[in-house]
Amino acid sequence: MSIQVIRPGLLTTVQDLGRLGQQKHGVIVSGAMDPFALRIANLLVGNDEREAALEITLMGPTIRFQKDCVIAICGGNLSPKIDGQPIPDWRPVWVKQGSLLQFGSPQTGCRAYLAVAGGFDVPVVMGSRSTYLRAGIGGFYGRALREGDVLPIGCRSMWEAAEWREREGRFFAGWFVDTRIRPKYGKNPTVRVMRGGEFDWFAKDIQQQFFAASFQVTPQSDRMGYRLSGPQLALSEPKELISEAVAAGTVQVPAEGNPIILLADRQTTGGYPKIAQVATVDLPILAQVTPGERIRFEEISLSQAQELYRLREREIGILRQGIKFRLDARGEDRCTGLI
Amino acid sequence: MEVEVATGNLQKGLTDSFRLTALGDSAVIVSFGNVIDLTTQRKVRSLAEWLDLRPLPGMVEYIPAFTTLTVFYDPLAIDFSSVCEELEQMMEELPNATKESPRIVEIPVCYGGEFGPDLDFVAEHNGLTTEDVIEIHTNGEYLVYMIGFAPGFPYLGGMSQKIAAPRRSAPRLSIPAGSVGIAGSQTGVYPIGTPGGWQLIGRTPLALFRPADDSPSLLQAGDVVHFRAITPEEYERWSVVSGESKWEEGRN
Repeated sequence: MSIQVIRPGLLTTVQDLGRLGQQKHGVIVSGAMDPFALRIANLLVGNDEREAALEITLMGPTIRFQKDCVIAICGGNLSPKIDGQPIPDWRPVWVKQGSLLQFGSPQTGCRAYLAVAGGFDVPVVMGSRSTYLRAGIGGFYGRALREGDVLPIGCRSMWEAAEWREREGRFFAGWFVDTRIRPKYGKNPTVRVMRGGEFDWFAKDIQQQFFAASFQVTPQSDRMGYRLSGPQLALSEPKELISEAVAAGTVQVPAEGNPIILLADRQTTGGYPKIAQVATVDLPILAQVTPGERIRFEEISLSQAQELYRLREREIGILRQGIKFRLDARGEDRCTGLI
Repeated sequence: MEVEVATGNLQKGLTDSFRLTALGDSAVIVSFGNVIDLTTQRKVRSLAEWLDLRPLPGMVEYIPAFTTLTVFYDPLAIDFSSVCEELEQMMEELPNATKESPRIVEIPVCYGGEFGPDLDFVAEHNGLTTEDVIEIHTNGEYLVYMIGFAPGFPYLGGMSQKIAAPRRSAPRLSIPAGSVGIAGSQTGVYPIGTPGGWQLIGRTPLALFRPADDSPSLLQAGDVVHFRAITPEEYERWSVVSGESKWEEGRN
């Protein structure tokens, strides 16, 4: 009923969709950097999409499964292998008791999400199982995984190993999430943004530069935010903003002119001018950017961003039905979003 | 951003106007002005209390700040213009005032020594004795303007200019939870261990961040804070009784 961490990898934490509703107390949201991948990984193993999974960063862990279970890995492709054999992502995989999961070099992106059927059984803190590293709460004792940790996992009878094997005749599903539905992960991406509340504090040429230039993600980037380097975005005149709320994807510009994109572990409030705001649908793309890569910003309107959001949720809804059908029934029928 | 800006009038004399601005595709900032003062703070608090009683359709949560309150919503449930309409409607019904008598919270502080390594600096900087600094700091009445930056971190107003001091030129890499500091003319308490550049004058054994409680922040916007000086012995006793370090132990 558990997994054992043989080697922890670079940064492996338990995350779900975040600690919502506590920001008025200064408690940050945390949660998966790539919520799309987390949700789909959960759906693929029959979990509620809000269940906790492991967020695996860049160099993956080595994990031993102490019981038979079904897993799914979504998000960035970090070359997962079970007992030395490469396994596909974005589909359910059956794992035998005693099997060893390892990761190799990153192929695309830098964050993978490992969901197990039944979820990781860690305590819910303030409504979430997400690890909030700075305050040391949530997840597995409020910290990243370490060598020797044993994480309890839930149990689900629908994933009887024998039944699974009989049905599929192999150790991973023959169907998977259509690539057309996944976010367009890729190196040096362009992300869509709306103008920020203080966009007009910047001179015209600086505004143009913001959309024309590319910005490099520096090594001083983490789950709290990406620090960017590129053209300096100086304010027209020094101006102070009174601290107010910030959001995931807020692009703020401190006095020295290098923008910062705030992400999952962002603070609740900030006082730097906000030049832009990344559209919610493009946060998964951002989550997969490795330091050293470059980012470009493309302007869209608020109504476009909301339309894209609704479209994405509609697609996830169809996918949810499709996966449920595949898991429940044994039919060979094609489902939208699945091949 | 096609920032659609709407303005409206508050009917019940609370204020003249407010402004609604989009914060991306999932949040809207209600802004009551550009000045940090009691009147503006009260408007923010009124709206927060009202939203607790009558959450907007599609609302996920809200964050009150000095002069603004930001509502986070789910674009699947409601779009920007509908949120604005709902908020405008709400403004018209907003009650005039919040609870008249604020909650008064006393925070015991052990000043100086290892608990407040910068107390001497603050005294010297202002040409005062350390006793003067403690007296001025404990005589003050501090309004909690907002909670932000870190869990339970209060932005306090009302510190005497007589004990103002610049931030440290090099921030400390780690400041223990409960540290009471001064930065410019602000004072505050660090609820969790963090790096920081404030001048540390003391430490409280009280836990400002309580993850196990229904309300994880000891302080709320609108509270009034008094500091009271305690001895190192009292500090130790308090820590044992309140079990202040219980969540700290869970950290690595």
